[in-house]
Amino acid sequence: MRIIIIGGDKTVYFLARQFVRRKYHVTVINRDPVRSREIAEQTKATVVLGEGSDVDRLEEAGARQADALLALTSHDQDNLIACQLAQRLFGVPRTIAMVNDPDNEPIFQRLGINVAFSATRIIGSIIDQETDFEDITALMPLARGRINVTDVRLDNLSPAVGKTLQELDLAENSLVAAIIRNEEVIVPRGATRLQEDDHLVLITQPENQKQDLEVLCG
Amino acid sequence: MPNTKQIVIVGCGRLGGTLANRLSSQGHRLIVIDRKESAFDKLSYDFSGFKIIGDAVELHVLEQAQIKNADCLFATTTQDNANLMIAQVAKTIFNVPRVVARVFDPMRESIYREFGIETISPTKLSAEAFLKMLEDQAHVNENHHHRRR
Repeated sequence: MRIIIIGGDKTVYFLARQFVRRKYHVTVINRDPVRSREIAEQTKATVVLGEGSDVDRLEEAGARQADALLALTSHDQDNLIACQLAQRLFGVPRTIAMVNDPDNEPIFQRLGINVAFSATRIIGSIIDQETDFEDITALMPLARGRINVTDVRLDNLSPAVGKTLQELDLAENSLVAAIIRNEEVIVPRGATRLQEDDHLVLITQPENQKQDLEVLCG
Repeated sequence: MPNTKQIVIVGCGRLGGTLANRLSSQGHRLIVIDRKESAFDKLSYDFSGFKIIGDAVELHVLEQAQIKNADCLFATTTQDNANLMIAQVAKTIFNVPRVVARVFDPMRESIYREFGIETISPTKLSAEAFLKMLEDQAHVNENHHHRRR
């Protein structure tokens, strides 16, 4: 696996170190001479000093043979152009871009970037989940954050206690995959009645999660 | 004026400012975007369009400029990548009929032209102008030479 990483602060160093440990071939393009020297001295990554959206630097970094390119600069425009050049000019099969403005996430995908992620949005949603609901634990995001798996505990104030699943106004695409009651796993049906202290394993899409959590937790 | 167009200009530097002044005086509806308020000092006193302070790489700034209703967008900031991104967003996401980006780097310019983005490279234009002058000069010298023979 050959990966090119563009830009990024301290993260690049840790990413490069981690990828090298996995035996990936890592090339870093960075315009900061101090950062570049640090990475070159402390990791086994190859370092190219310069702009990641510069065609010559991409070529020098071995874009023709690369399997993936990761663009992490703090300017969305630089990340977009680096990924597009890598993809269209050098045929890099997988391009991943960080977007700084969360609104650009869907736009990047429409402009052909394989994966666009927003650190702002991810941190924001962690904070939302942590501060709004103590009884809720995000278990894992799946499909690049399009699906969330959440553990929801029903307390005595929950409006869902005493109701059956089919009586709940959950979003259409949401699913209660399992109920854990006194350490026992129940496969839920529409007629299953919820009790206090039930743990629900809830599968939702991020846009429906708020509505579902209100239905379950109030 | 029957042929009035709604034109968005991103970047109010020397190029953006000149375009904005000329097009505004021709009666078009102009919306100029720049990150710095002081950039609008370049607009003439009779400029009748709108000014928006903000970074057009952020979607909400383009939306504020009513990009959906624009007939035309010129991306003239000093950053090639910003111009190329804004042009693509205008064209692909908002279906603006006419979009042109200024790109200094001749290599990136020709690549994006192939990708279907209309581009202007000042570097290439100047180089061509210089070469043309040189050629014309050569012709003059050659003719001169012929006549003397």
